[in-house]
Amino acid sequence: MSEPERELRVSKIRDGTVIDHITGGQALNVLAILGIDGDEGVGVSIGMNVPSDKLGTKDVVKVEDRELSQGEVDVLSLLAPEATVNIVREFEVVDKKRVERPERVVGLLTCPNHNCITNADEPVESAFGVVDDGVRCEFCGEIVREDIGDHLAVH
Amino acid sequence: MRHDHLLSAGQLTREDIEAVLDRAAELDADPDAAAGRYDDTLLALCFFEPSTRTKMSFDTAMKRLGGDTVDMGTVESSSVKKGESLADTVRVIEGYADGIVLRHPSEGAAKLASQFVDVPVVNAGDGAGQHPSQTLLDLYTMRERAGLDDLTVGIMGDLKYGRTVHSLASALTEFDARMHFVSPESLRLPRSVQFDLHDAGARLREHTDLDEVLPELDVLYVTRIQRERFPDENEYQKVAGQYRIDAETLEAARDDLTVMHPLPRVDEIAPDVDDSEYAAYFAQAHNGVPVRMALLDGLLAGDGAADDPVATDGGGR
Repeated sequence: MSEPERELRVSKIRDGTVIDHITGGQALNVLAILGIDGDEGVGVSIGMNVPSDKLGTKDVVKVEDRELSQGEVDVLSLLAPEATVNIVREFEVVDKKRVERPERVVGLLTCPNHNCITNADEPVESAFGVVDDGVRCEFCGEIVREDIGDHLAVH
Repeated sequence: MRHDHLLSAGQLTREDIEAVLDRAAELDADPDAAAGRYDDTLLALCFFEPSTRTKMSFDTAMKRLGGDTVDMGTVESSSVKKGESLADTVRVIEGYADGIVLRHPSEGAAKLASQFVDVPVVNAGDGAGQHPSQTLLDLYTMRERAGLDDLTVGIMGDLKYGRTVHSLASALTEFDARMHFVSPESLRLPRSVQFDLHDAGARLREHTDLDEVLPELDVLYVTRIQRERFPDENEYQKVAGQYRIDAETLEAARDDLTVMHPLPRVDEIAPDVDDSEYAAYFAQAHNGVPVRMALLDGLLAGDGAADDPVATDGGGR
């Protein structure tokens, strides 16, 4: 957490979210799973494959002016199980969220099965159970193992 | 049955299945066994896709139990055409009927419906998902013909989109059957179904050629390969032709093989099989009525009695 600034290579942020201890090389996928692609206009800093005592190498993502919800943190765990999430206000960490693998993710992913009833304008939220190596739609049974970030629901 | 709804075959234990089949056998032998128990019961038939056998057999089953049915009619003539959601449709129909039988083109439709109503929902086919009441009559037919112990079952045709296949395979794991899946490469079992089968410890193998397994089979379950699954007619003709059976094909089979098909068939089973000892598919379709009577008897029996759908005392409601 407290590596020298020269190693972190990215500056502190005033307000927003710092996602640390992301599995090395996964930072861009983490941004994808959060639906952040730069178009939002918020400041995004990325450190990839920086030295880490805990992980060997890690990625760090700092997103300014945006605080991640617990739901978003939960989804994050599917890609970066070791990640830590710090919410920053006025340069101070005001909340540390632990990333825990959820049993289900509700309303955060869209089912990749186009014929699934959850893609048919019905008044339900999508619901996925978390299985060994991925997630599974509770309505149609579709299993998603790769590129989970591609299926983030628009919100 | 311990469940309020029948949504997928995976929810059924061997005991659940045997309870329905036993009750079906009683009703098959004596269709009046449950007469009068459901005089005031109305079953809603909501078919968002065409159906002949499933719809008519549920209709017949409810009426043979002494109840009646209300039919949503075709999608073209209903408010679905006006853009009504499934959730709204079933919530309205719940007010008219004591149970809902639902067929819908989208996977997961019955599950969704079950979340919006308090009456039992029977999944009568949801897209390429599940068709569990078909599975019950399939198993009833297998039990009559070959018994359900130590079975070797071949399932052939469209395994990817075939909802009857998905439900049947799931239920057969409860009986520890050996399963051989025969299909073109492009129509193999979807990985979600494979996931469940492996998870249940199923004994299964996949093949592209029926000849590899035909002599071993107790049951051959044939399904239709649909034209629309292929990009062009030539490809369809080439592939579908390899998965048709006729009397000559079956010369390599055991004498006591049972050939089944959920119907409708097109040409995947030649008419020359119909009069053979192998053919069970018309009997299978007939079994839809007693099996669905038994199923409804379990689901609609109401408070308390629902715990014991096979009660044979006939002692009132």
